[in-house]
Amino acid sequence: MADQRKSCLTGKGVTKEFGFGRTKTVAVDNVDFDFKEGEVISIVGESGSGKTTLAKMLLGLISVTKGDIYFQGEPRDISSQRKRRTYWTQIQAIFQDPFASYNIFNKIDSVLLDCIKMRGGARLPYEQKVEMMTEACSFVNLKFAELTNKYPFELSGGQQQRLMIARIFLLKPKVLIADEPTSMIDACSRATILDMLMSLRNEVGMTPIFITHDIGLAYYVSDTVYIMEKGKFVESGSADDVILRPQQPYTKRLINDVPKIYEEWDLSTV
Amino acid sequence: MKYTIQQIFQSGKFITGFSIFMTILLIVIIYPLVIPDPPLKIIAQGTFFEPGIYVNVYDSINTPFYTLNLDEAADRRIANRLGDEDRQAIKEWLVGNGMPEAEIDPANTEQLLDQWFNNFDPTVRLPGMTNADRNYYIRLNNNIQGLLNTSGAVIAELDEETAVLTEKATVPQSAYVNVNDVPNVRVLPLGTDNFGRDVLTELVRATGVSLQIGLVAGSIATLIGLVLGLVSGYIGGFVDDTIMFVTNLFTVIPSFVLLILISFSISQEQRGATTIAVVIGFTSWVWTARAVRSQVISLRNRDHVNLSKLSGHSITHIIVRDILPYIASYVVMALILQISSGILAEAGLSILGLGPKTTDVPTLGLMMNWAMIYQAHILGKWWAYFPIIITIALIAFSMNLMNTGLDQVFNPALRD
Repeated sequence: MADQRKSCLTGKGVTKEFGFGRTKTVAVDNVDFDFKEGEVISIVGESGSGKTTLAKMLLGLISVTKGDIYFQGEPRDISSQRKRRTYWTQIQAIFQDPFASYNIFNKIDSVLLDCIKMRGGARLPYEQKVEMMTEACSFVNLKFAELTNKYPFELSGGQQQRLMIARIFLLKPKVLIADEPTSMIDACSRATILDMLMSLRNEVGMTPIFITHDIGLAYYVSDTVYIMEKGKFVESGSADDVILRPQQPYTKRLINDVPKIYEEWDLSTV
Repeated sequence: MKYTIQQIFQSGKFITGFSIFMTILLIVIIYPLVIPDPPLKIIAQGTFFEPGIYVNVYDSINTPFYTLNLDEAADRRIANRLGDEDRQAIKEWLVGNGMPEAEIDPANTEQLLDQWFNNFDPTVRLPGMTNADRNYYIRLNNNIQGLLNTSGAVIAELDEETAVLTEKATVPQSAYVNVNDVPNVRVLPLGTDNFGRDVLTELVRATGVSLQIGLVAGSIATLIGLVLGLVSGYIGGFVDDTIMFVTNLFTVIPSFVLLILISFSISQEQRGATTIAVVIGFTSWVWTARAVRSQVISLRNRDHVNLSKLSGHSITHIIVRDILPYIASYVVMALILQISSGILAEAGLSILGLGPKTTDVPTLGLMMNWAMIYQAHILGKWWAYFPIIITIALIAFSMNLMNTGLDQVFNPALRD
């Protein structure tokens, strides 16, 4: 059944190397993947396992050393600014640190207006733009009227991350790469953010890809889980298969490392 | 932005530097309005007139006299007119005449003259004294008697035809003129230089020209450095390698040597102040470029730049809107330092005789050059070079203070 669904992002032998000679590091080592449309995908791994590098390659922010990435079955072409722009209307991202994600010199309005412009709404009357921005903000429980003429750094971390979701709401991309979207957020806001992302997925019909180190989060949200270790996918499959019946010792370790409130911590695996 | 400016003006170092700089700038602007003399006009016949108030003698004679009877006047006049050599001669005679040396103080005019009149006898011939010496002391005695003369000076007019002097008026010793009545009084607070030009007027103009040179040179250097740094840092790859190759070439050759060679190859007639400023600007952009490049490299992988890319912005937009504002404070600081080093570079070049042509405008460096060539430092004419050194030091000091103050505001780790 899974094979009948359309592929949205496919990678063949994707490799990223930094440096050369003796200082060469292989961040992502010859990985293959096939992300299906409509699924919720998680890429789980420790820090340094290469998941953020992979995310940046998928976004086209850094070049791919070797291998090919296919977008919706076609080879991805981001060779010119115009093509990149088209690509980025289809694939968007939420970054880990909301405080570092915004240009501190730009007001909130301009962040959202950029999204409308990107969707081809640059010439819309201003009232309509305000309407769209208000709608996007109310989707994430923010009041646009209170945000106008404010700077992003005047908001709390949770609000900034919600504003980021409002951005995605306006852009309506096909794929959303969420690079640890909740790791800088306190636990209470975390569930809100995740719920918003999931309802946004239903609203927009996009494919979210969660990049996370939190295997609990991956189990909570995703259909398919990829476990990444030292630049390679060591295990992949449906969330139930991978997390409830792990095959690889690395996956077992990741699962054991999740802190449990009601149990003594097992520090022997650390 | 408003908050940052507020914070800048709360930094003590910045305010100190800023006030010094603004004072210099205000003087440069206001002084020519008050005293509109051309700065390079030769007014004095002779070199290195001392600082002071110059009162026209001819005019003072023709102004009404006031009689003031002051006790100290005569003594002061004699003390002023009795030279050091005469005092030494008096002392020698007195010692030769048997007076203990300890009792004689050549600086105390009244006591010295008392001792002289009580003891001097033209007929006495001291041991070892030649005839010539004796005559010398008789002449000295007559001179001193003349000093004590209380009659006034006669002003006489020369008859063109008969060459006869006709007495016109007598100036008694107690006659005074009010300086306000004299139409021609010239204050030369810093005297005149070797060419006979007013040093203060020249200095103010030179400071203005030097500041302009610094501003032009600093702006050019900062602009080139900024553009090259931004491009090479953000675009990277081959462009970065090429720009860095050129930058490293310029780093290895000391920029002052380059400056000397370029200045030397431009003929003296073509070297205006602007030319020199441009040459300085084109040789000192290297460090700004390197610094900006490293800042940009650390910025270009930040998430806000990534977000801007994902929002479909062009490279120019990202460089101008997402990177430039983050390094703006740094660039302002670099600009201030470049201005100050531009002024110093001009001074250095001009002292070597490779500065702007000398007939056009004065600059701080040229004034130093003139003072050095005409040996003001050997002759002890401090007013020809010391105020210039102080001005250069003050400008550099104030700019460095401003720079440090800004640094502390923008870089919280440096706050004390």
